[in-house]
Amino acid sequence: MQSTRSTFENLRKDFPILQRTVRDNKRLVYLDNASTTQKPNQVIDSISDYYRNYNSNIHRAVYALAEEATEAYEKTRDKIATFINVKDRQEIIFVRGTTEAINLVAYAWGRSHIKEGDIIVTTEYEHHSNIVPWQLLTKEKGAKLEYIGMDDDGELILDDLDKYLATGKVKLVTFSLMSNVLGTITDADKIIKKCKAAGVLTLIDAAQAVPHMKVDLEKLECDFFAFSGHKMLGPTGIGVLWVRKSVLETMNPFHGGGDMIREVHKYEATWNDLPYKFEAGTPNIADVVGFGAAIDYLTKIGMDNVREHEVELTKYAIEKLSEVKGIHIYGTKDISKRGGVISFNFADVHPHDVAQIVDGEGIAVRSGHHCAQVLMERLNVAATSRASFYIYNTKEDIDALVNSLNKVAKVFKL
Amino acid sequence: MSGNADIYHEMIVDYSRNPTNYETEDQRKLEDSFFKNTDVIFHDSNPLCGDSIDIGLKIDDNKVTDIKFSGKGCAICMACSSVLTEITKGKSLDDVRKIEKNDILSELGLEQLQAVRIKCALLSLKVLKSALYTYLAKHLDDSQDVDKLKEDAASLY
Repeated sequence: MQSTRSTFENLRKDFPILQRTVRDNKRLVYLDNASTTQKPNQVIDSISDYYRNYNSNIHRAVYALAEEATEAYEKTRDKIATFINVKDRQEIIFVRGTTEAINLVAYAWGRSHIKEGDIIVTTEYEHHSNIVPWQLLTKEKGAKLEYIGMDDDGELILDDLDKYLATGKVKLVTFSLMSNVLGTITDADKIIKKCKAAGVLTLIDAAQAVPHMKVDLEKLECDFFAFSGHKMLGPTGIGVLWVRKSVLETMNPFHGGGDMIREVHKYEATWNDLPYKFEAGTPNIADVVGFGAAIDYLTKIGMDNVREHEVELTKYAIEKLSEVKGIHIYGTKDISKRGGVISFNFADVHPHDVAQIVDGEGIAVRSGHHCAQVLMERLNVAATSRASFYIYNTKEDIDALVNSLNKVAKVFKL
Repeated sequence: MSGNADIYHEMIVDYSRNPTNYETEDQRKLEDSFFKNTDVIFHDSNPLCGDSIDIGLKIDDNKVTDIKFSGKGCAICMACSSVLTEITKGKSLDDVRKIEKNDILSELGLEQLQAVRIKCALLSLKVLKSALYTYLAKHLDDSQDVDKLKEDAASLY
């Protein structure tokens, strides 16, 4: 049995992209994992294996290939059920990603459950994907969208939630389990407890959380839960929406078409069983297969080890970045309350200029508003630079980032 | 182009620190703010990076007699906006219409700027062209002419 440390040192070789160089032969330092992660050979190979060896449509045909494809596709559903601890596989719906998952809920649940005067509550640190679908829905229905505020440490002010719940008009509270900008880990248990006591449903955007820490849906007790494959070593274009069955049974279909029906007549149709009622059309079979390989990969490492590795990196990064004069790090310094996402600004230098100069050193960090303009307004900044870590990152990567920031300081005469 | 840092030469860094024909947010709140006394103001932003620029024009006798910008942006955006305002000031509206992207880029040695940063460099030119068509739409009857200008602005990057 390998020690944890050597596991993390050895796994870089599984990622072909990490072997390449960029910008005049510089080692690639990939620190944009909150945006998307790199893919190991195991995932890449599983996708090409599907196309090379058993490409066929699922669920209907009786020949050998279709049987193999269906089995692989459905096996991923079971892997996901185990990974997030869900007992009933019928509650797991494949979607394109977190964005589609939230839109599905806004459409298929929201349109039949939200009325004029109702309130949907979100938070100030949401990604646009957990704001805009609710803006569309509340505007259409004459309902209201309210925000749980954030304090200066980047934590939610739950008194705001109490205030909204007290109106008796709240139908849904929707929040991310981990902020994609600040890395704040939301106190989901507390929020859900309050909501349950008020008879209010909860949706968790877990796009940033599921890839980086152990999540147990049996314990969480939310009603909707969404995440994406590509942020956890899997391919783009595949994600999961989990909905508690009692809620799922009250929902109308999202897309109409093949596979989601039981019977279709000229003027009416009946729906297929769950979860297929919500999976219209030929799904993204190859990427579901690849997603399964990604879950196998992470399961083998163990999510507690993933979290431990990232805690160590984040601690180190905060320490090293704090030593650079002029760096301002946003969000809490309490590592137990944050994931491996660090947003910062460097004196008066615009994050785009920071990103460009560090890119010259082969370092990929993100700059901009990170699809969280409401949060940018709250922080009173136009943009931030963001470094975010994953299993293949090392302390050497962080040292490279810090060194490149010294170059920024030189160019901008800080 | 060699290193990515090469585009950040003296002039760009200087302009980004001390933009010309520029009003800060605080200055805009004052009574005598330039932006409170213009013939046209236009605003646009880059949805991808959050650069956000306002340009105000004073126009007299078909001439831009004064121009200022305000807003937030990266060094490239601030430097290009500064240069653009310098080029524009005093020009006839016909000449302002003829300003092309290379007029700005070449002034700052940014002809080889990578595609992803072009929008930072040209946001202000887009805003200027949009300001102009807004003005002309109000003051000209020739809607075809205005449409052409609108198209120019939209197809910049």
